[in-house]
Amino acid sequence: MSVATNKLRIDVRDWRRILSPTGNPGDAVFRVLMTAITFFVVAIVIGMVLTLGADSMQSIRHFGWGFLTGREWNPVRGNFGALPFIYGTLMSSLIALLISVPFSLGIAIFLVEQAPHYLAKPVGFVVELLAAIPSVVYGVWGIFVLAPFLRVHIEPKLAALLGWTPFFQGQITGIGLLTGGIILAIMVTPIISAVVRDVLSAVPGSQREAALALGATKWEMIRVVLVNGAPGIAGAVILGLGRALGETMAVTMVIGNRPEISLSLFAPSYTIASAIANEFTEATDDLYLSALVELGLILFLVTFVVNGLARILVWNVTRKTGGLSRAA
Amino acid sequence: MITYAGRADRSRRISSALMTSLTALCTLLAVGALFIILAYIAVQGIGSLNLQFLIDSPRPVGEGGGIGNAILGSLVLLGISSAFGLPIGICVGVYLSEVGKGRLASIVRFIVDTLTGIPSIVTGVFVYAILVLPMKHFSAFAGGVALALIMVPIVARTTEEMLKLVPHSLREGALALGAPQWRVTLGVILPAAASGIATGAMLAIARVSGETAPLLFTAFGSRFFPTSLNEPIASLTVQIYNYALSPYDEWHALAWAATLVLMTLILGINIIVRVLTRRKF
Amino acid sequence: MQLKSMPVQTMAPRVEVPERRDTRVPSETPSTQPKVSVRDLDFFYGRTQALHAISVDIPERVVMAFIGPSGCGKSTFLRTLNRMNDVIPATRLSGKVMIDGHDIYAPGTDVVALRRKVGMVFQKSNPFPKSIFENVAYGLRINRITSSKSELAGRVEQALQDAALWNEVKDRLKTSALSLSGGQQQRLCIARALAIRPEILLMDEPASALDPIATSKIEELIFDLKKQYTIVIVTHNMQQAARVSDTTAFFLLGKLIEVNATEKMFTAPNEKLTEDYITGRFG
Repeated sequence: MSVATNKLRIDVRDWRRILSPTGNPGDAVFRVLMTAITFFVVAIVIGMVLTLGADSMQSIRHFGWGFLTGREWNPVRGNFGALPFIYGTLMSSLIALLISVPFSLGIAIFLVEQAPHYLAKPVGFVVELLAAIPSVVYGVWGIFVLAPFLRVHIEPKLAALLGWTPFFQGQITGIGLLTGGIILAIMVTPIISAVVRDVLSAVPGSQREAALALGATKWEMIRVVLVNGAPGIAGAVILGLGRALGETMAVTMVIGNRPEISLSLFAPSYTIASAIANEFTEATDDLYLSALVELGLILFLVTFVVNGLARILVWNVTRKTGGLSRAA
Repeated sequence: MITYAGRADRSRRISSALMTSLTALCTLLAVGALFIILAYIAVQGIGSLNLQFLIDSPRPVGEGGGIGNAILGSLVLLGISSAFGLPIGICVGVYLSEVGKGRLASIVRFIVDTLTGIPSIVTGVFVYAILVLPMKHFSAFAGGVALALIMVPIVARTTEEMLKLVPHSLREGALALGAPQWRVTLGVILPAAASGIATGAMLAIARVSGETAPLLFTAFGSRFFPTSLNEPIASLTVQIYNYALSPYDEWHALAWAATLVLMTLILGINIIVRVLTRRKF
Repeated sequence: MQLKSMPVQTMAPRVEVPERRDTRVPSETPSTQPKVSVRDLDFFYGRTQALHAISVDIPERVVMAFIGPSGCGKSTFLRTLNRMNDVIPATRLSGKVMIDGHDIYAPGTDVVALRRKVGMVFQKSNPFPKSIFENVAYGLRINRITSSKSELAGRVEQALQDAALWNEVKDRLKTSALSLSGGQQQRLCIARALAIRPEILLMDEPASALDPIATSKIEELIFDLKKQYTIVIVTHNMQQAARVSDTTAFFLLGKLIEVNATEKMFTAPNEKLTEDYITGRFG
């Protein structure tokens, strides 16, 4: 039986053994059915890649690699360049991580190392509820609460303090890269902190005791735990990045949706996901649609690589499925 | 009394106290953020919430209107996606846990994992390409399929986890009695993992009920009550999106109210699941 | 170096000794205060009492072994000496634990400073996932004991020498500690503990996870360390206690049954329970 799974070349005589190692006909039906359904799902995934590739072919042939570096996105003239979206996607995700990672680490450390047992579980649940809030709800809160708040209270102060840098210049509307980054940060924090919690919990207690026995303070002991969990923490951050890259609704509602590249955080921006969401139903001609599908392909490939990397890092550390399924 | 050796020790103490306070602060801020968001939803939404709102379909500005059709539409979409997504997801979970072996199963698991990470908007693009384009119109069916594609990997993974948690002794006991594998799986293991799988399904439904992006160009949206699965259909999330982005204050208020309804549903499911699973541990 | 051999079934007939409730070992020079002095220690895990009215003196520069069957409280008692039980929730104790005349459980005691003074080696070696050098240097760094890189390197080398590990690792100080064998890792943990020059060294079954050769290396090490440190070693291996220690304390069910000079403990113990344990009638 194991012969078939280790080699790709399968002997006809082995078919019967694969189908039903127990020789029971009911088993054969059962196994075939389960396998068929699963392979159907696999086929769909492969089909997805192929469909995205096929439908973006027109755009790929037309623009080539220039698509990735083109700065202009002009549906009227039929000139499509993805750079503004790539920039917006990366920048908003970067801002989100810069804000979220320290908070997520803090939350995870508090819940695992400091909080008393009776507190850790309910508080952990509350933090995880942040992940249950749908993207569109974050968008509503973002447009009507966060954006005005930033516009009135925060961005003027930032402009006054740091306006000499290119990051805080320009008109203040409350809608822009900074708002998008902040909303993403809130959305991504529960995911990163949940995985880091699993990672830290997996660090053996003997490491903590070793540090304490040498006269370490609580924080010094926590640093030893962090060193132990470093690869898993890196994986958690990358997992958060993967989520941030693909977020659509909340971002599209607060980021301004203007395909321009500007260093200023106050300026409106545009992410790949938002572009697809906004313009897909407006796409009038085939090239337009194909360009949008090509954007989708790029997004798919990027998140595929990022998520794969994250899973390798986290899987090695926790070896429990708890951490990964939470991230789903 | 053993006292500390001096300034070096004092600064270490202070650092430790400072950092541990900071982590507590981070947690407090996160909890606070949740409550602020929920509070805004409750306060802003409750004003426009009334029975009329829950029953009516959208009307032109100034005439009120409601989300009745959107609620129904969401339920229809959830129904379609669950009808496809739950059985397929469970079967994949069964395959990964009970049937698949060796490298092939690892590859399959990897691919199913990939499906989890695909941004939902990309899923929407795919379903548009394979369903909406050939059919030449938007449809509830396409929306349901898109949501099902999002549901399958979530359900598959929780099902696999729950099945793996069933103790080996249970499995071996049944097999030792001469029961064939399919009997053992269907009659012993699945029932043992049933509550876990059910909670996983509930969480998947809660997650999918909040999805907007994949519906934008599959189910698209509608101002009317659904009459057929072959037509575009409204959904709570898309309706919220449309109301929120409109220029009318009145519709903004409706967006908040609809958000309140959606959040009640989602939070309700999450809390129920949590209460149910707490009794286990 | 001479290892004491285990006296087997050659028990001398019980000598009648007047009833002694006092289990303190009379010190050789009565004017010297014992390094560690415990009085009436009760210890509780939640509602379960793990230690009952323990009173014992541990003299300076002596190796004292704690023996007793599993679960008798010897590890728990060891951990009270450097307040490692503090990290376990819902524990409490009453009584006095005096080190150099100071009650270490008095409010206001600096636990960090206490643990600098009282080092610990654990049953299973637990090196940090860092280099060999960084492991030994850890205690020196966080306690800011050295002030220059060369001083740090010197202390690390000294500690590794004291732990009889220097020659084996001197060429690969920057490699990961996890690449060492089990016995080497344990000696590394000993070096790590010694680097900060504690006065008392607590060892909780340090060789139980090791093979006989590694075990004997550790035992030789303890013999050498005795010249500078007060050592308390918990062991479930009676032969090891007999080989390595000067005095032995026998614990049973959370009570301290007897403390005696090792040779006497294993040939003519005062208490019948001790004799029963040693001759293998239980445990």
